[in-house]
Amino acid sequence: MFVYILKRVLATIPVMLIVAIFVFLLLRLTPGDPAAILAGDAATPAQLERIRDRLGLNDPLLTQFFTWMGQLLRGDLGVSLLSNTSVAGMLADRLGPTINIALMTITISVALAVPMGVIAAWRHRTWVDFLVMSFSVLGFSVPVFVIGYILIQIFAIELRWVPVQGYKSPGDGFGAFFSRAILPSLTLATIYIALIARMTRASMLEVLGEDYIRTARAKGVRENVVLFRHALRNAAVPILTIIGTGFALLISGVVVTESVFNIPGIGRLTVDAILARDYPVIQAMILLTAGIYVFVNLLVDVSYSFFDPRIRY
Amino acid sequence: MLTLRSALKQTRGLAAALLTGTALLAPGALAAQDGETTITAVMHSGLRVLDPVITTAHITRDHGYMIYDVLTAVDENFAPQPQMASWEMSEDGLTYTFTLRDGLRFHDGAPVTGADAVASLQRWGKRDSGGQLIFDVTTSLEAPDDKTVVWTLSEPFAPLLDVISKQSAVPPFIMPARVAATSSDETITEYVGSGPFVFNEAEYEPGVNVTYDKFDDYVPRDEPASWMAGGKVVNVDKVVWTTMPDALTALNALSAGEIDYLEQVQIDLMPIITGNPDVTVEKRDALGYVTIGRPNHLHPPFDNKLVRQSAMAALDQESMLATMQGDPEYYSVCGAIFGCATPLGDASGSEDLTGGANIEKAKALLAEAGYDGTPIVLMAPTDVISLINQPVVAAQALREAGFEVDMQSMDWQSVVQRRAQQSPVAEGGWNMFFTNWMVPEVSDPLINVMVNGRGDDAWFGWPTDPEIEELRAAFVSAENPASQKEIAVKIQQHVMDNVNYIMMGEYIIPQARRNTIQNMIPSPVPVFWNMTKAAE
Repeated sequence: MFVYILKRVLATIPVMLIVAIFVFLLLRLTPGDPAAILAGDAATPAQLERIRDRLGLNDPLLTQFFTWMGQLLRGDLGVSLLSNTSVAGMLADRLGPTINIALMTITISVALAVPMGVIAAWRHRTWVDFLVMSFSVLGFSVPVFVIGYILIQIFAIELRWVPVQGYKSPGDGFGAFFSRAILPSLTLATIYIALIARMTRASMLEVLGEDYIRTARAKGVRENVVLFRHALRNAAVPILTIIGTGFALLISGVVVTESVFNIPGIGRLTVDAILARDYPVIQAMILLTAGIYVFVNLLVDVSYSFFDPRIRY
Repeated sequence: MLTLRSALKQTRGLAAALLTGTALLAPGALAAQDGETTITAVMHSGLRVLDPVITTAHITRDHGYMIYDVLTAVDENFAPQPQMASWEMSEDGLTYTFTLRDGLRFHDGAPVTGADAVASLQRWGKRDSGGQLIFDVTTSLEAPDDKTVVWTLSEPFAPLLDVISKQSAVPPFIMPARVAATSSDETITEYVGSGPFVFNEAEYEPGVNVTYDKFDDYVPRDEPASWMAGGKVVNVDKVVWTTMPDALTALNALSAGEIDYLEQVQIDLMPIITGNPDVTVEKRDALGYVTIGRPNHLHPPFDNKLVRQSAMAALDQESMLATMQGDPEYYSVCGAIFGCATPLGDASGSEDLTGGANIEKAKALLAEAGYDGTPIVLMAPTDVISLINQPVVAAQALREAGFEVDMQSMDWQSVVQRRAQQSPVAEGGWNMFFTNWMVPEVSDPLINVMVNGRGDDAWFGWPTDPEIEELRAAFVSAENPASQKEIAVKIQQHVMDNVNYIMMGEYIIPQARRNTIQNMIPSPVPVFWNMTKAAE
């Protein structure tokens, strides 16, 4: 297992290098000028040229690339062209809200969706199954911002149970964190509940038809043990894959939800950086996102062996 | 009758307590922790650039007014007034002597000296177009002692005080000399001013939040506040600017009392907030903004004056403004390039422009010009809400007049990069784009960059226009306001004839505030001194 993990970690190096080269070139080939954003509307071409010089944007592409790679190898993500603040600091500030909201979303989603999927499969073709699938279709179909606005209208404007917007870290008190994180998490969870419930149902339906399930039932094993110990464990691999991919998607940015609930997360940082052509921030963000995907996929792969003893590394 | 809604509302307190364990959700609680008076404001944009001299971004200018002070400032009558310094002008108009008032201190405790003012003005002079004109005729700028700044010119520059007192893009903020020593092409890295608020660097998150603490050692002037001039009396402990990218969320937050002030309200969302008795929606700034179209004078077909005149005849201010704003309460047809309510504003020669489109005239001019049907590239930004409509309306009007229009959609960043390209259209150039300015940014011939006629050194579009340069030079040496006005009218008429740019009218963006926020100064730049906040 250790050797497998080590190999996978080493395999990320060429992946990240390719991502780095691709991102760097893509940004330089995309129209846009950070100097123009920095200087504002009234800057003359001569002033823009001098600012570009100072920012190193007039250096040859290779020079710019190797300067950036050199910084990366020293663990330095650089400085934002606009705010002059450390990119690593900006990422650290924004990662907290995103991770916390993602964890809460995934927790809610798994807690609700897995039992829903199991029950839907267990009560296949009954009104329970129909209800779960209807919710699932709804969850897929309604845009997240609509769900967000509806939740805000009900729980923040009408009932005033929670604030409309904003974010507080758990360090500021669990109540302050929870009251602000619950609506965005529920909003995001809607689509993940739909996704995970469908996957769980499909996977369970397949497993529930297996001989060993029939055998277990014939031996008089209680139904909840059949469902959750025998069936769910064997149906877990595709469900875990969906959860892992979903978590990576949540971490890599949910711009609309972050905007609707005014959460200063990774998604907004990425969009703002792209609109301002803040190259160091965009490059760091895309590398981070790629890294998260690689890491989450590795975690998912490793976790397979815990649920399915037939999988060995 | 107990409705479901009222029953649910009755559970509010219990649920809030269960969710938070505290009384955090009471309206205004976000802004009143620790017994401090805090104003939480949502400004028009997130603050990312902290150097108010290197950029003309309005949010950075607003930040500048929070933490820096200026030597002189404009009041509500557009008149320069002493702020950090009083002044005397020599009889020949060649020497200005500024005397710093007592009690001026930077936020690090150091006194503000003449050397700080000199260094700050020099750095500003390298960035600001008006400042550059003054420094073109500057013989020396010195601080003979800690309290005095002497500015000596080689020839009179009558509008000097107007230029250094201007409120926007870019005011000469005074910084410590060591900070002002930074190259004007690099951003500063130390944010120490002598203004009424202190920048709270520890709580700053670029593009998200910025906090300003009251500067206890600030000594306001005795005069009442008037626009950027007068006593800057701070009545609150803190001001927090928070960025909300979603306009509806910002309105909801204001309704719920989570924020106190919203600088800009989208007109189409106003019905959501206007019925709220706790909130006031109003026009803070009577001057507002202008929207303009800029043709590229370098390349065909707009290198031909007749074609530019044809484009102007084809465009209709009313339809463009109505598409942008919707509600006539918030826009006005205006042909005055220096603004319709400014001292230099005059609408001479704009009758065609403000009277509605004259398609027949446009067609005739186009025929006279011998336009060969070459498509004009109209850049259309898709991500700036105040600039989305103009190219669409213009494209249709120009097509009706006989232009072939190639409207190219792109994000604003692509527009700002491409508009700097002087190459022909076929090689990545352009023919026309639209942008907006605050009226004070176009209110005189030295501030208004679009009347610069210095060819390659002019603003994007690069008109080579010796006649307008002569008029601008005459404006600089005009001896009194009446002569200045006379020259400004000539510039207005010239621009209407030569079509250096196309003035498309004025509009206003309303603001909204909780009723607890009072005494806000009705200045074009939103400022937080003088403002008071009562308990909810």
